[in-house]
Amino acid sequence: MNRVIFFTILILLSGCSKRETPVDIGNREKILHLGNLSEPKDLDPHVVTGVSAYNIISALLEGLVTDDPNDPSEKTVPGVAESWTTSADQKVYTFKLRNDAKWSNGDPVIAEDFVFSYQRMLAPAMGSPYAYMLHLLKNGRAYNLGTLNVFNQVGVKALDDKTLELTLEQPTPSFLSQLNHWSWFPIHPPTILKFGKQNQMGTAWTKPENYVGNGPFTLKAWRQNQSIVVQKNSLYWDAETVQLNEIHFHPIGDHMIEERSFRAGQLHVTGTVPIDRVRYYKDSKPDQLRLDPYLRSYYYLLNINKPPLNDIRVRKALAMTIDRETLAQFVTRSGEDPAYSFTPPYLTGYTPPIRFSTDIEAAKKLLADADFPNGDNFPAMTLLFHTSDLHTRIAEVIQQMWKDNLGIHIELENVEWKVYQDRRKNRQYDIARAEWVADYADPSSFLDVWLTDGGNNHAGWSSAEYDTLLKKASLTVDTSERSSLFNQAESILIDEQPIIPLIFLPSKSLIQPSVKGWNPSILDHHPYKFIRLEVN
Amino acid sequence: MSGHKPQKSSLWADSWKQLRKNHAAIAGLIILTILISASILAPWLTPYSFEEQNLALGASCPSLEHWLGTDTLGRDLFTRLLYGGRTSFLVGFCATVVSLLIGVPYGAISGYSGGKVDSVMMRIVDILYTMPFTILVIILMVVFGRNILLMFGAIGAIQWLVMARIIRGQVLALRKQAFVESAIAIGASRRRIIFKHIIPNVMGIIIVYTTLTIPHVMLMETFLSFLGLGIQPPMSSWGLLIKDGASVMETYPWLLISPALVFSVTLFSMNFLGDGLRDALDPRFSKGRS
Amino acid sequence: MLKFILRRLLELIPVLLISITLVFFMVRLAPGGPFTAEKSFTAEAIERLNEHYGLDKPIMVQYGNYLLNLLKGDLGPSFQYPSRSVNDIIKETFPVSLELGALAMLFALFVGLMAGIVASLKPNTLQDHVPMGLAMTGICMPSFVLGPLLILIFGLWLGWFNASGWELPIDRVLPVITLGSAYAAYISRLTRGSMLEVLPSDYIRTARAKGLSEANVIFKHTLKNALLPVVSYLGPATAGILTGSFVVETIFNIPGMGRMFVLAAFNRDYTLILGLVVFFSLLVVAFNAVVDILLGLLNPKLRMHS
Repeated sequence: MNRVIFFTILILLSGCSKRETPVDIGNREKILHLGNLSEPKDLDPHVVTGVSAYNIISALLEGLVTDDPNDPSEKTVPGVAESWTTSADQKVYTFKLRNDAKWSNGDPVIAEDFVFSYQRMLAPAMGSPYAYMLHLLKNGRAYNLGTLNVFNQVGVKALDDKTLELTLEQPTPSFLSQLNHWSWFPIHPPTILKFGKQNQMGTAWTKPENYVGNGPFTLKAWRQNQSIVVQKNSLYWDAETVQLNEIHFHPIGDHMIEERSFRAGQLHVTGTVPIDRVRYYKDSKPDQLRLDPYLRSYYYLLNINKPPLNDIRVRKALAMTIDRETLAQFVTRSGEDPAYSFTPPYLTGYTPPIRFSTDIEAAKKLLADADFPNGDNFPAMTLLFHTSDLHTRIAEVIQQMWKDNLGIHIELENVEWKVYQDRRKNRQYDIARAEWVADYADPSSFLDVWLTDGGNNHAGWSSAEYDTLLKKASLTVDTSERSSLFNQAESILIDEQPIIPLIFLPSKSLIQPSVKGWNPSILDHHPYKFIRLEVN
Repeated sequence: MSGHKPQKSSLWADSWKQLRKNHAAIAGLIILTILISASILAPWLTPYSFEEQNLALGASCPSLEHWLGTDTLGRDLFTRLLYGGRTSFLVGFCATVVSLLIGVPYGAISGYSGGKVDSVMMRIVDILYTMPFTILVIILMVVFGRNILLMFGAIGAIQWLVMARIIRGQVLALRKQAFVESAIAIGASRRRIIFKHIIPNVMGIIIVYTTLTIPHVMLMETFLSFLGLGIQPPMSSWGLLIKDGASVMETYPWLLISPALVFSVTLFSMNFLGDGLRDALDPRFSKGRS
Repeated sequence: MLKFILRRLLELIPVLLISITLVFFMVRLAPGGPFTAEKSFTAEAIERLNEHYGLDKPIMVQYGNYLLNLLKGDLGPSFQYPSRSVNDIIKETFPVSLELGALAMLFALFVGLMAGIVASLKPNTLQDHVPMGLAMTGICMPSFVLGPLLILIFGLWLGWFNASGWELPIDRVLPVITLGSAYAAYISRLTRGSMLEVLPSDYIRTARAKGLSEANVIFKHTLKNALLPVVSYLGPATAGILTGSFVVETIFNIPGMGRMFVLAAFNRDYTLILGLVVFFSLLVVAFNAVVDILLGLLNPKLRMHS
C-alpha cells in the first residue's frame, strides 16, 4: 500500500512540470545517448564479432590508423601511427608511432604492445574468430593454424619503442583500409597479464575498473543489458578534439521501443528504424531520419547440389522473376536499392557487373526448357529463414512472385536463429535467406566469401576460374586493373547464380538535431571523437 | 452399473436446463458458435484468399472492399482473421484438452494419495516446470519436424503442470471431507472415488482454470510460431495478428484493433459460458441454489 | 515444521540432480552450438573455443566436472559473455527481476483479490461484471500489447514516464503494471470462482446465522478457504514472476533474469541455461514448499467446519 501511495505521489509530481529528458541533459552536459541494439559479448577486440561490440570498442581503443571524419569508411587518417613508409614491393610497412600516444593509465603506447597484441590475436589457443584478418601478415596464417610455433618469424617487429614494422605475405592494396578493423587494435599487455595469461580469453580485464585502453574514451560503467558508459579519456593524444564527455550505449533490442525511447528524448541516435515508421519520419520529420548506403547485401542462397536447383536454368528463372523494385518500394520501404550483384555499387573505384534483369517471359521459357513448363511437376521446395518481421515479409512476397509468375509453390519455413545457422552451414536447405555485411571497404570483403575454401561459402559453389581471378586481384596493385579482375570474377558468380541478389539494405537511424558530425558511412563507422552536441 | 444410467442422463438434462436459464452463458455459446462456424466456413465468406497480396495498396483503412482494412502487404484483414481463427481455436481447444487430460487425473491422484506418492508426483511436476521450454521445443522439432499435433503436445505438456498443482491442492482438502470418507467407508474403489466423487467436486475450478488456459495457449502459439513450430507464413493466427498489429499500433491502428477485439469477444464469451457451465454442472452449487 | 523443511531439503537433491542431468544433455541435443554465428568461425577457432571450455572432452567427463564445480557453488563461465561467470550474471540480474516481480506480485495480489472478492459477493450483477470484465481485459491484453500501449499513452502522450529503462524509481511503474495485470486477472478469476463455491457452504451459513459481521464472514471464514486454488497457483507463479519475464523485460529494456533465460537458450549458452535452471529449480521447490505449508494451515479449518 505504501508503494501505491509512493507511486501516486511520484506520478503527480512528475505530471506537474515538463521533465528534462536525458537528451536535454545530454546536450547540456555533452553526454551522447546511442541505441546499440544488442548487448555485446565482450569488450576484448580479440574475442568479439559483432557490430554492437565494435561500436563500443572503437571508442575505447585506437589502431595504427583511424577513421577519416569526412569519409569514415574508405579513407583513414593517422591514429597511433603518425606516419608510415612502404617498401618498393609494397610488402613492408614501417609505422612511426606518435610520442604522445598513451594508454589510459599513463603508459606510453609502444611498438611492443602491437607485437604482443598480434601474437595474442594469432595464438591458436585464443580461438579468435577474426584471426584470419591477420593472415595478411607474413606467416600469420601458419602461426594461427599452429604449423609454425615461433612467433618471431611472423611479419611483425618492433624496431624500437616507437617504430613498428609489418611485413605482409603479399602486396595488399586494401591493407590500410583493413588496418582500421578492430582486429588490428592494440591492447595493453600489462593489464592482460595482470588478469590472466596472454592467450587467455574471458578474464576480468574488460571490467570497467580494470579496462585500460588507448582510445578517445575510457570505460566507466558496464551494466549488462542496461547500458555501457564511456567517458572522455584526458590522456588521449588528441583529447582536445574530443567534444563529448560521455557516451551511453543502450542495448534496446525491440525496434519499436527504441523508436519510442528516441521520441521520449532518451536517445540521440537509434540503431535502426522500424520499417513502418520510416514513412512517418520521411513525411513529417525528414531532418531526424537518416537512410544511408551501407555495405550490406541481402540475398537468397541456392543449394546447387540439389535438383532441380542444380540446373542453372532453374536458378536463373528464379532470379529473373523477382521484381526487386517492387520489393524495395512496397515491402522494405526504407530506401533499399535493388540488387543485381552481390557487391553493392557504393565502393569508390568498383562498379559491380549487371548480368541479368527482371524478365518474366525469359524466365518462363528457361523454366520450360528445364522441363517444368508453367511450373508443372516442379518438386516441393522450401525457403528457409529465421523468424523476423523483415525476413517474413520479404519471403511472403517472393513466394507470391514465384507463384504468380512461374506457377511454382515454394513452402516457407521459419526457424529459430541457431537452427537456421546450423542448417545453412550443413546445407540442409533448398533456398535460404542470407546477408553479408562487409568488414572493410573493398570488393574483396564481399567476393572472398565465394572462394572455394571460404568459411562462409554456404552454397557449396566452387569455380577454379573465380578463385584464380580473385587471387590475381589480391596481388594486383594497379587499381583499375584490380577492379576489372573483381568485375570479371563477380560476373562469373552472378552468371552461375548460386545466389539470388535481392536488395542492398541501408543503414537506418533516427538522429536528434543537436548531434553534429554524424556523417554517412558505408561501413556505418561514426568516429566519436569528431561528434559534437550543439543546441541551436 | 446400468442402474445408474438414467440418473446420470437426468443430471445432464438438469444441467442443460440450468444453463438455458443463464442468458449470459447462452449469449456466449451463440457468439462462440458463430465465430467457430465463420472460421470453418472462411472460404465461402470472403472473396479473398488469406495469402493474396496487393503490394501497391499496402496497409489501407477499413473500406467497402476490405471491411477491416488490409495489412502492410495489402492482404485482406477480415479474411486473415477468419483463417487465423481456425488456427487459434484449434490450438486453444486441443492444447487445453491435452493439458486437462493429463493435469486433472494427475493432480487428483497425487492429492488423493498424499504422502510419498504425492511427494514424488509433485517433485516430477517441479522438475518439468523448470525445464527450459525454448530448448525443449527446438529439440522436439528436430526430432519430429514441423507438426501441428506436436504443437498441441508441446503446449499441453507445459500447461498441465499448473493445472495439476491446483487440482491437487483442492483434492488435498476434499479428501478429508465427509462425503469422501463415507464413500471410503462403503468400500468404493480408489478409482471410483477419484473419478466419481472428487473430480466432479473440483469441476468448478477446472472450468475456471480452463477458461484462463485457452487464451493463454492461443497467445503461446505465437511464441511457438516464432520458434518455427507453429503455423508457417503466410498462414496466420489471432495471436500473430495481434502481435503484428501491436508493432504498428501507431501507424496502422486498425491492424491491432480488430484482431484484439475479436480475441476479447471470444474470451468473454468463453468465460460467460464457462461460468454458466460451472453453475450448471457443479453438484453442490446447483443444490445450494435449488 | 522443522521435519517438513528438512524433508523438503532432502527432496531437493534428487529434483536438482534430475533437472540438471536432463537439461545438461538436452541443451547439447539442440541444433547449433554456442559458437555458430552469422559469420562462421573457422573450424580451428571453434576447436580452440571448445578446448577452452572443455567441450572437447567426453560428455560424461564434462558432466562429472559440472557436478563437481556445482558442489563448490561454481556454475561455470558463460559462453556468450566470456568475461562473466554464470554466478556473476545471476547476481546481477536476479535482484532486478526480484524487485520487478515482487512489486508486480503485490500489485497483482492486491488488485486480483479485491476484484475477486467484490465480484463474488453479488454474482451476476454489475458489481460482478465490472471487475470481472476488467480482469478479462487484463487476460485478453497480452503484455506485448499492454506494455507498448502504456508506453504510448503514459510515456509519450502524457510524458509522465520514460519509454524504457530501469534507472529511476519511477521507471518501475509501467513494467510493474504490465507484468502484474495478467497475474491480477488470473488471481481475480480464481478467487471469484472459489469464493462462489465456498460462500454457499453450510459452515458459512452457520457463521452468518451466528450473527458474525459480514466482513468477519468474508475475510475470516470464506476467504481463508477460498484461497486454496489461489495459493496453489501462486507457488509456481511466484517462482516464475520473480525470475523475470522475457517480454516485459525486453519491452522496457530491463536488465533482468527473464531476458537472460530466453537469450541463453537462443545463444545455446549451455552453462548459463544450466545455471539458471538450477537457480530456478531452487526457487520453484522453495515456493512450492511454502505453498504446501500454507495449504496445511488453511486445511484444518476446512476440516473442522465441514
